[in-house]
Amino acid sequence: MKKTIVLSALAALSVASCNKKDEGGGAVKDDKSGAKMTEGKAESGQVSLDASGSTFQKAYQEASIEGFTKANQGMKINYGGGGSGKGRQDLADQVVDFAGADSPYKDADLAKNKGGDVLYFPILLGAITLSYNVDGVDQLQLSPPTIAKIFQRDIKKWNDPAIAADNPSAKLPDANIVVAHRSDGSGTTDNFTKYLDKTATGVWKLKSGSTVEWPADTQAGNGNPGVAQIVKSTKGAIGYVDLSDAKASGLKYASVKNQGGKFVEPSADSASAAGDGIEVKDNLLFSALDPKGDAAYPITYQSWVIAYAKQTDHAKGTALKAYLKYLVTEGQAQLKPLDFAPLPKSLADKAVAQLDKLQVP
Amino acid sequence: MQLSELRGHQHHGDRAFRTLAVGAAALVVLVLGLIAVTMTRRAWPAFGDAFFTSTRWSAADGIFGALPFIWGTLYTSAIAIAIAVPVSLGVALFVTQVAPPWLKKPMVSMIDLLAVVPSVVFGLWGVLVLSQHFGLGRSFLTAGIILAIMIVPIITSLAREVIETTPAAEKEAALALGATRWEMIGASVLPHSKGGLVGAVMLGLGRAMGETIAAALVIGSALGQITLNPFAPGNSMPAVIANEWGEADQPHKAALIALAVTLFVITIAVNLIATAIVQRSMKRSRGT
Repeated sequence: MKKTIVLSALAALSVASCNKKDEGGGAVKDDKSGAKMTEGKAESGQVSLDASGSTFQKAYQEASIEGFTKANQGMKINYGGGGSGKGRQDLADQVVDFAGADSPYKDADLAKNKGGDVLYFPILLGAITLSYNVDGVDQLQLSPPTIAKIFQRDIKKWNDPAIAADNPSAKLPDANIVVAHRSDGSGTTDNFTKYLDKTATGVWKLKSGSTVEWPADTQAGNGNPGVAQIVKSTKGAIGYVDLSDAKASGLKYASVKNQGGKFVEPSADSASAAGDGIEVKDNLLFSALDPKGDAAYPITYQSWVIAYAKQTDHAKGTALKAYLKYLVTEGQAQLKPLDFAPLPKSLADKAVAQLDKLQVP
Repeated sequence: MQLSELRGHQHHGDRAFRTLAVGAAALVVLVLGLIAVTMTRRAWPAFGDAFFTSTRWSAADGIFGALPFIWGTLYTSAIAIAIAVPVSLGVALFVTQVAPPWLKKPMVSMIDLLAVVPSVVFGLWGVLVLSQHFGLGRSFLTAGIILAIMIVPIITSLAREVIETTPAAEKEAALALGATRWEMIGASVLPHSKGGLVGAVMLGLGRAMGETIAAALVIGSALGQITLNPFAPGNSMPAVIANEWGEADQPHKAALIALAVTLFVITIAVNLIATAIVQRSMKRSRGT
């Protein structure tokens, strides 16, 4: 921010001094053209967007910022993480120009948003894997009630009848299960527990939220990499880790039984398929958890960019609109290599159409 | 006339200095007071329902009991003090009383260097080495050890300075009476510097209680743990705040601020007790 201010101040100064020369009448022609150049540079150099929020979409934001600013010289975008809650709070207080979030504002909090109505732009989908570390088991299948029982410590051995019932052909060892979860408040935890709350009704007792009351005989790690690291270094461990971190750590992950009764492996494609089988509201809010469709991976979640519908600054609003368009169109090609899932066409089209609602003065 | 001018000028300067000093002091008090007031106000809703007695911490049910985190903070700090105090005192005595002069300087700067290491580095080292390589896991003990390493430099350098103020005459008197070096330390150095040493330890305790990142990384983040078992995972007040703030909504946020207020009050209490102890022992040593 400070840099921007200094830059624009400098630009204003140089423009002003050139103008003075113009007024003097005796300005050399070279000088005049020089002034124009400075002016042009200053205009594009002024545009800087600040954002914060979801760490889940951070890798995509970073890749997109690089791609977008390369094509649009002089534009600057900062995406600081900090979590969805921080992003929503920062946008509400108008500290940032847009926010990244894995879940929307609560209705009660909407009135506190200083800039009026907000728009939600879905930008990506992602799978939450159940990564495990069990010798001799290379393919594991889990159904929602079994996952619930494992994570609330009703099941403590890998050869438990409930796990065996999901895996008729696997040779399960008589080993202790170590449960790994997040130590920090997280959208991943929120979506994972929401999924269990929804699909393992009557079994799951820990409710849902960015932090839940995990039993004391479980292990906690910081961030997705922290959980991945526990799973990797602990025999018999299982934890919920987003697909990109699970792949980066070289972990094995389970196939999960979806609504159609099929066991589906998490991947960019199966997560995108989840985006096709869901109900999307007019304001583009939805939950990709437990979708319809045989090819859909059921523990899939989503991330939005949130911005105010009424932009107050012309340059910033224009830049924001262009960047948002990039995120939901061109930028989508970068998602698969990052192990995120691109939006299905149905959803991407709706996001592009919603750009019209973004009012730029 | 010149003289009176000079005096008047001096008087003026005195007054300005006085105002400046009083203003600076008042500013510190004001800032502290404002912090306390605003934090307490924002935390107020959370203090009602059994905040200090409940052992449950559930954002889903809106129940926030801080007792296990208060316990975790006190317990890990106690472990840290138990480890750090003998080490720090040993090093301080070695440097001031035993070490040859050529060793003294490098040792002092080595210890001061420890104080410069950012806490996240200690935390990561704790995760990778202590909890994994040495198999201590994430637990009260791991957190206590990391905290101990972090407070050794403070306690050592304060203790060293206090010990060095022991008058040479007192030490020489003890030695002249036939005391060994160990007896000399017990008879003249320690009694002389008792108050200052307690103060040093208390300052270390204050830092241990407030340490956030290192504790958050190694303590294990387990809920509801009130146990003396050092190998159990637990949680401490600053660690909970650091871990949960980013995604917290109301009333979760108010509860986290309430934790901060509680920590604030406890650290102030520790410091007040430290000051009292130091003053009392100073009075006593002056009396005898």
